Amino acid sequence: MFAPIEDLYRLAPELVLCTFGILVMLAEPFVPRKRSGLVAFLALLGAGAALAATRLSWAHPGTAFYGLVRVDDFSIFLHFVVGAVAVLVILGSRDYLEREGLHRGEFYALVLFATAGMGVMVSAQELVTAFIGLEISSISSYILASFRRNVPKSNESAMKYFLLGSFATSFFLYGVALVYGATGTTLLSRMDSASGNPTLLRLGLGMIFIGLAFKVASAPFQLWTPDVYEGAPTPVTALLSSGPKAAAFALLLRIFDTVFAASQLWVWAIWVSAALTMFAGNLAALVQSNVKRMLAYSSIAHAGYILVAFAARNEIGTAAVLFYLVAYALMKLGAFTMVTHLGGEGERRLEINDYAGLGSQQPAAAAFLTLYLFSLLGLPVTAGFLGKFYIFNAALKSHLVWLAVLLAINTVISAYYYLRVIVVMYMREPQKEWAATPIPRAVGLVLVLTAAGTLYLGLFPNYLMEFATQSAVLPR
Amino acid sequence: MVPISYYLVLSAILFGLGVVAFIFKRNIITIFMSIELMLNAVNLTFVAFSRALGKLDGQVFVFFVIVVAAAEAAVGLAIILLIARNQQSLNIERVNLLKL
Amino acid sequence: MPSRYIPILIYAILAAAFPAVTLIIFKFIRPDSTSAGAKLKPYECGIPPESDARGRYSVRFYIVAILFVIFDVETIFLFPWAVQFNALGLYGLVTMFVFLGILIIGYIWLYKKGALEWV
Repeated sequence: MFAPIEDLYRLAPELVLCTFGILVMLAEPFVPRKRSGLVAFLALLGAGAALAATRLSWAHPGTAFYGLVRVDDFSIFLHFVVGAVAVLVILGSRDYLEREGLHRGEFYALVLFATAGMGVMVSAQELVTAFIGLEISSISSYILASFRRNVPKSNESAMKYFLLGSFATSFFLYGVALVYGATGTTLLSRMDSASGNPTLLRLGLGMIFIGLAFKVASAPFQLWTPDVYEGAPTPVTALLSSGPKAAAFALLLRIFDTVFAASQLWVWAIWVSAALTMFAGNLAALVQSNVKRMLAYSSIAHAGYILVAFAARNEIGTAAVLFYLVAYALMKLGAFTMVTHLGGEGERRLEINDYAGLGSQQPAAAAFLTLYLFSLLGLPVTAGFLGKFYIFNAALKSHLVWLAVLLAINTVISAYYYLRVIVVMYMREPQKEWAATPIPRAVGLVLVLTAAGTLYLGLFPNYLMEFATQSAVLPR
Repeated sequence: MVPISYYLVLSAILFGLGVVAFIFKRNIITIFMSIELMLNAVNLTFVAFSRALGKLDGQVFVFFVIVVAAAEAAVGLAIILLIARNQQSLNIERVNLLKL
Repeated sequence: MPSRYIPILIYAILAAAFPAVTLIIFKFIRPDSTSAGAKLKPYECGIPPESDARGRYSVRFYIVAILFVIFDVETIFLFPWAVQFNALGLYGLVTMFVFLGILIIGYIWLYKKGALEWV
């Protein structure tokens, strides 16, 4: 009884990613140092092939492997997101790795493995499968965070990520165990019909929420984020802030929309967490002097915005979450890629004040960064604006007036620290001479793609929004 | 026959001990061990439920948890080795270049 | 039914008695070893230690130990497969070989990276 070929189609993106990851790993020792671009190219090919495989599995919707994973519009949407993130991260990291003397094939292999884990997470229909996906992506990210292995900051970042990440995972797992005990199943679709101990079920779902709240960095479990983001190599920070977050949100959404008890229990937790997260992120970002750290706090704040759409508990809200995840991934990837390039050798140029005079010295870089910051702030004509608009809309439709008001207040607060960077770039005289390095081609491509995406979604959101609305209908 | 609640209480206590140790211990290796304790508490819960429900799948989950925990241990120990080599200390309070 | 626990009780008594009895007997029949000097060494048996126990170890020891843990634990999946070998049939066999193949690829990678060389 071989698995039907359909099942393999439904798991095609993960299979492709893992195969290419293994190929990259195997190729690494055999490819001479001088031809190291070959490994990067292979990895890029793998990430691109994964996108194609996603298109293939789209044609075969349904559950696979005895109901463990499910291909539907929702999982396809997020597969495209994490696949595209992988492509952009691989494109953007080659020059960084060369510059820092860290060019190893394992970097790309780990990016591909992490993406495979995220893919499992977003299509998982069963909790232990989700756990495996979560761990595949987390363990790969732990190693990626420590990739600058002779830099104590990178070590420390990896250690904190590892300790707090596995702490959160064990909460998630304990929740899974309790849910299993309460309902006798770990299949999400069967949980509603199973008669079980409701207290145990609630306890388990609460634990699962805590575990995933850690992963998406929502308050009060967000403390690890700035440290990890600051210490990790910047391309890795770009990956961490976009891919795993999208996957963890997808898993939350999937459980939230499939299991009735979860949607009952989590509503208040999400309300409170959304409000806390927005303030925790934005208020702390106000006083940061390091760009990476500031962007880390800003990503906490954005997790809070996404949770507002969550709290709306309707399909408009889910669509808003999906749209925002795309917009957010684009602007965060763009911003971190720019920071990577500007950081220079050894990542020394990271203070906001170091960016003084950038507007006149490197006008292109400054313009790109300004666009991303505008989008993060949510000014019109950018993806961030429409993303926030949809979230606002969803919140008001569900009569969450207070959360909508808090969202508006937070946007105003965030204006201060985003605009400050822009003011420093354009209106301050540089205090130190920084050598202006030309933007490498691959990095330039990432910047152009993310900037174009940000503008495109800001001007013509309809196509993506239609796709998101269509994907937001989760089958119970 | 020992009732299932005994196992559940035991695993809850073990998990709680792990959480407390994670928060209060200062040595990185000890913190890491407390995570392992938590995972093993989860394993106990899985096995207890599996037995109580008369299903085998809970025990299969334990296999996966054990393997994942081993992979995590390998990566974690490697990271801890790096810290020990670069900082000459495993005290969590001395490893704080990044302010919390 | 407390009577069902009697074997455990007997086992517990035996387990407690064994070291106690052996220690007492040996106390009377063994020669006095404290004066021989070996008693004062860190390891009483085997070769006398050559240097301080807190010296530096090669990092290879840790790496090999870590690698051992991974490859050791992965075999856990072989047990359920072996128990249900007949029921799983060819599908199980092929799947298991794919799994082992991935492990072997990991081994090849380690080998080529020189992680197993004892410098």
